[in-house]
Amino acid sequence: MKSVIVGCGRVGAEMADFLDRAGHDVIVVDTSTRAFDRLPGSFGGTAVRGDGTDEDTLRRAGAEDADIFLAMTEGDNRNVMAAQLAVEALGARQVVAKVNDPLRASAYADLGLAVLCRTTLMGDAVRTYLGLPVSGVPGVYAPRGQHPGGEHHEVPAAPDGESASASDVTLEPSTVGSRAATQDAG
Amino acid sequence: MFVLVIGGGKVGYYLTKELIESGHEVVLMEKDRARADQIADEIGSIVIPHDGCEGKYLAEAGCNRADIVAAVTGDDEDNLVICQMAKHHFDVPRTIARVNNPKNESLFKHLGVDELISPTRMILGSIEQDIPVHELLHLAALGGGELELIEAHLQAGSPAVGRAPKDLAIPEGCSLFAVIRDGVATPLRPDTPLREGDKVIAIGRIECEALLHEQLIGTETASAG
Repeated sequence: MKSVIVGCGRVGAEMADFLDRAGHDVIVVDTSTRAFDRLPGSFGGTAVRGDGTDEDTLRRAGAEDADIFLAMTEGDNRNVMAAQLAVEALGARQVVAKVNDPLRASAYADLGLAVLCRTTLMGDAVRTYLGLPVSGVPGVYAPRGQHPGGEHHEVPAAPDGESASASDVTLEPSTVGSRAATQDAG
Repeated sequence: MFVLVIGGGKVGYYLTKELIESGHEVVLMEKDRARADQIADEIGSIVIPHDGCEGKYLAEAGCNRADIVAAVTGDDEDNLVICQMAKHHFDVPRTIARVNNPKNESLFKHLGVDELISPTRMILGSIEQDIPVHELLHLAALGGGELELIEAHLQAGSPAVGRAPKDLAIPEGCSLFAVIRDGVATPLRPDTPLREGDKVIAIGRIECEALLHEQLIGTETASAG
C-alpha cells in the first residue's frame, strides 16, 4: 500500500507515523523541512520538501498511483487542489482533503471529494461532552457527487485491473492499516 | 453585467477600474483589510474586505447573481477554489481564473473553469515566437534524462513528408509513436504516410537527436527555406 500525505502538521505527522507502523510505503510532502521534525525517529517512510499542489513536485516525490492520499496542510484551498490533482492526474484511489470551512467542505463533498472538516468535527466533540445536541454532520463527508472523469489527464489503471477513474474513489476505512495487501502499487 | 472580481492586487485593481469605466457593476473582494481600504478610498464602497474563498463572504458579495466571477489572486489554488465554488455552488455562468503555473491549465480547465488567463504562458508564447521553428521541441525528459520525448513539426522540405515511418532511417533507440494532425493526436503506425504540417511525437535516447533531426526536419540547407 502506498500512502501520500501532503502537509506534515500534527495530523499529517500522526497519520504518517500510523500508516508507517501499519506497513505502508509512506511519502510525506511539506514545504518546510522543519515540519518533518514532527515525525518520530522510527519513521521509515520518505519525507520530501516541496509544494504539494505542484504536479511536477508530486510526481518527482513518487506520489503517482497512491492507494491513500491525504491533503492535510493548513490551507483549505491547497488541500482541495492537491486532492483534485491526486484524483485527476495522479490516479490516487482513496483521497481525503482537510477543509475547515464547512460550506466549502460540503460543496466539495457534492463535487465528489471525501472531505474532513475540523470545524464541525470539534464543534460536535465539544457539544457531545457538554451533552448538547450535535450537528449530525459526519467527521468525514463521504463524496456525494461524481468528480469529473479524466479526459485531459491520463489516469493509470489500478494494478488489479479495476478501473481507477475518478468516479470510483470511495472511502473504505477497512483497508486503512490492512497488511493483507502487500503488493506494491505500480 | 455584474462582475465579481476576487483579489485586489495589481490585476484585480486595474481590472475593477476598467470595468467601472465601461459601465459595469463590479464588486471587488480583497482579504487584506489595509489594501481593501486603500482601494475603497479611491474607487468607492464596492470593496468587500473579506476572503473570497470563504463561501459565506461570496454569498454576501452577491455571488449568486453574478454574471462573471474573475479570480485573479496570486495563488492558483485560491483561484481554482473560487471558480469551482462560483460555478458549482452559486451557479455563476462564466468563471475566469488567473493561472500562474502553466502546468495547472489543463487541470483547471478539466475541473470546469471556463476561461484561463496565464500571464506566464503569454510571455512564454511571445518569447517562443522568436525561436526558429525548424527545431525539435523537447517535451519531457524521462527517468534520469536518458530518454527524451520530442516533437518534430514537419515543414515543407522535410525528408519525412510523404514517407511512412518504416521507410525512414530512424536511429536505433528511437521510435516515432504518435502524430498530431489538424490538432488531433493519433497513434502513429509504421505504414502511415506523414504529411507537411504534422507534428510527430518521438521518444529516443538523447545521443540520437542529431540523426532524428536529420530524418524529420532535414539538414540545414533543406530546412532553411
